[in-house]
Amino acid sequence: MPEANRTLARDERPADTVIEEGKTVGTPFTDDPKFQLRNVEVFYGDTPAIKNISLDIARNEVIAFIGPSGCGKSTFLRCLNRMNDSIESCRIKGSLLLDGQDIYDPKRDVVELRARVGMVFQKPNPFPKSIYDNVAYGPRIHGLANRKSDLDDIVENSLRKAGLWNEVKDRLGAMATGMSGGQQQRLCIARAIAVSPEVVLMDEPCSALDPIATARIEELIAELSESYTIVIVTHSMQQAARVSNRTAYFHLGHLVEVNDTSKVFTMPEHELTESYITGRFG
Amino acid sequence: MQTADLLPLVLVLAAVAYGFAYMRSRAVAAPLGGIRNLKALPAYYAARAALWCAIPALIILGAWAAFEGKVIQNMVMASLPAELMPQSAGHASLTLSQISNLAAGKLNPAMVPDGISSAAVLLQELREQSSRFKSLLVVLIAVLGGTFAWTRVAPTINARKSVELTLQRLFFVCAAVAILTTIGIVFSVIFETVRFFGKVPMSEFLFGTNWSPQTALRADQVGSEGAFGVIPLFTGTLMISAIAMLIAVPVGLLSAVYLSEYASPRMRSVVKPLLEMLAGVPTVVYGFFAALTVAPFIRDLALMLGLEASSQSALAAGLVMGIMIIPFVSSLSDDVINAVPRSLRDGSLALGATQSETMKNVIFPAALPGIMGGILLAASRAIGETMIVVMAAGLAANLTANPLDSVTTVTVQIVTLLTGDQEFDSAKTLAAFALGMMLFIVTLLLNVIALKVVRKYREQYD
Repeated sequence: MPEANRTLARDERPADTVIEEGKTVGTPFTDDPKFQLRNVEVFYGDTPAIKNISLDIARNEVIAFIGPSGCGKSTFLRCLNRMNDSIESCRIKGSLLLDGQDIYDPKRDVVELRARVGMVFQKPNPFPKSIYDNVAYGPRIHGLANRKSDLDDIVENSLRKAGLWNEVKDRLGAMATGMSGGQQQRLCIARAIAVSPEVVLMDEPCSALDPIATARIEELIAELSESYTIVIVTHSMQQAARVSNRTAYFHLGHLVEVNDTSKVFTMPEHELTESYITGRFG
Repeated sequence: MQTADLLPLVLVLAAVAYGFAYMRSRAVAAPLGGIRNLKALPAYYAARAALWCAIPALIILGAWAAFEGKVIQNMVMASLPAELMPQSAGHASLTLSQISNLAAGKLNPAMVPDGISSAAVLLQELREQSSRFKSLLVVLIAVLGGTFAWTRVAPTINARKSVELTLQRLFFVCAAVAILTTIGIVFSVIFETVRFFGKVPMSEFLFGTNWSPQTALRADQVGSEGAFGVIPLFTGTLMISAIAMLIAVPVGLLSAVYLSEYASPRMRSVVKPLLEMLAGVPTVVYGFFAALTVAPFIRDLALMLGLEASSQSALAAGLVMGIMIIPFVSSLSDDVINAVPRSLRDGSLALGATQSETMKNVIFPAALPGIMGGILLAASRAIGETMIVVMAAGLAANLTANPLDSVTTVTVQIVTLLTGDQEFDSAKTLAAFALGMMLFIVTLLLNVIALKVVRKYREQYD
């Protein structure tokens, strides 16, 4: 980043840059996508939050959504497993396909969808139950284990994958709310992967964590990317650069640019992306 | 001046002290370069002056009002000539009322001995003196206090600390009032209860199965020994409360779940106030409803099914009471369910749990303590409810497990024991206090047990 750019005054930002609706520079489309999202629009009441976005998310990639606050990246993420359903005023238009099937088909079973598309939230939200019960929650709901020993295996495997097993194996009965913030977030990841999802959505998973816990989660994301498709929303550009293969830059509800992460952070195609990653606004 | 006039006067003086101290603190601050050079804001100096003015004066006023009458009385009685000195307590109070009636001009002086009439004059005089002296003292103290605080308006003195401390003590006194009242009630009941157990053995009271508190008025009266066994009353109370809770807990809880999780905001804004209106209906009105509508309906229904039923039944009272306490359960539960953080809900939904699974597995356990609180409140309302039972369940103390029978409850019996002309030392009236004590202990135990249970099973979120 050239140092001179950082000293630009705020009113020199390229505010007059015109964003063409529905136009995304870079490579938003891939072959054989996991998610195929076309002309997606989201409204809260009459206010548009997402304006005509089209994007493919490939199998087993880690894609990062970046952009200034209020740009719609979390809203867009929550469309992918219909977490916006519980918001009364939220309306969604466009076609959102998971493996070729419409996510918003009225006949679609949301339970099955969410079992396939898991989610980790901004603030660690373990249930006020034991560590074991937290991880076993999903498998129990979906009837994934017939015997206690099966359930034990699922819990152990999930905790191992989340890199938490060695820390908690002697106190699985302890309250999850008594753990540190980083541990709680890894528990939430273990809880999400315990139902064997195909996709894990992460909504700023490290924003409430200290740098060491963050590093731990980032390592974990790298490991998980071998078996899952991961969509991560983040405010930290360094984090996006470290963990993702592709990066999507959102701006005021538009998807401005999608490119390989290395390209976005070295040679952004769009003027707005460049301004954002060089710290001129955000 | 009377106490009622002095009170506003003191408050006016306090307000004046406030104003003066406020102005003085600003005046003191001005040459220093503004109020930021004072240790505290002008309002604190002013408040301290007002407190200094009002509190000592009010304490003196209160103490004077409390002891004035007694002291004057003793002085008047001591002034009586030896032959008029009362011999007994009854005689003394008679003499006193004679004196004060005379002083008030309600009695003709010609009808009483000279000693009494001179005592009445003395009483009048003492009262006037006391009133004058009291007014003077209170005003003096108020002015002195206010002046003292006024002189102590200085930039180096921190008025904030003393004002905060005084307010803190004031709050403590307010909190103490509630606690002291409770203790007072318990003690007043305890003494009468002890007297009752002097007349009726405790074992008979606790384990007797027969309740008929009519004691003989005359020694030769037949057939009214009185029986004081509380078991029929407690079974009646428990049965009616249990029926009420059986209605109120499921209906209330499920409506709370509906309101908080499923109802649209518009629906909720209409239904919740309507539900809460149930709590505002006077219990007497519920009583009508129970006695005139529900009880006959239940009797007819039972007769149709070939069951024997009285026109007053525990079932009728319990059903109506259950409806009455629904809002206690539903409204409080709805509030605590809403207080469970959204993140927990989202966490569960994102794992593919349905709304009802989320409710059952996550939200309900987290909201349990508050829900339990609502249920407890409803239960204590049910146990303490009197009016509906009087009207719909009757007064007959039957020991029965049949909800179609007429039963009575502890509270209803307390009312019937204490209403009407009663001597205050018979076993019959004293029994009311023993019943009250029992009820108090039982509800206290219920609360303690419920709190223990909740503490064990609750899932605490942060």
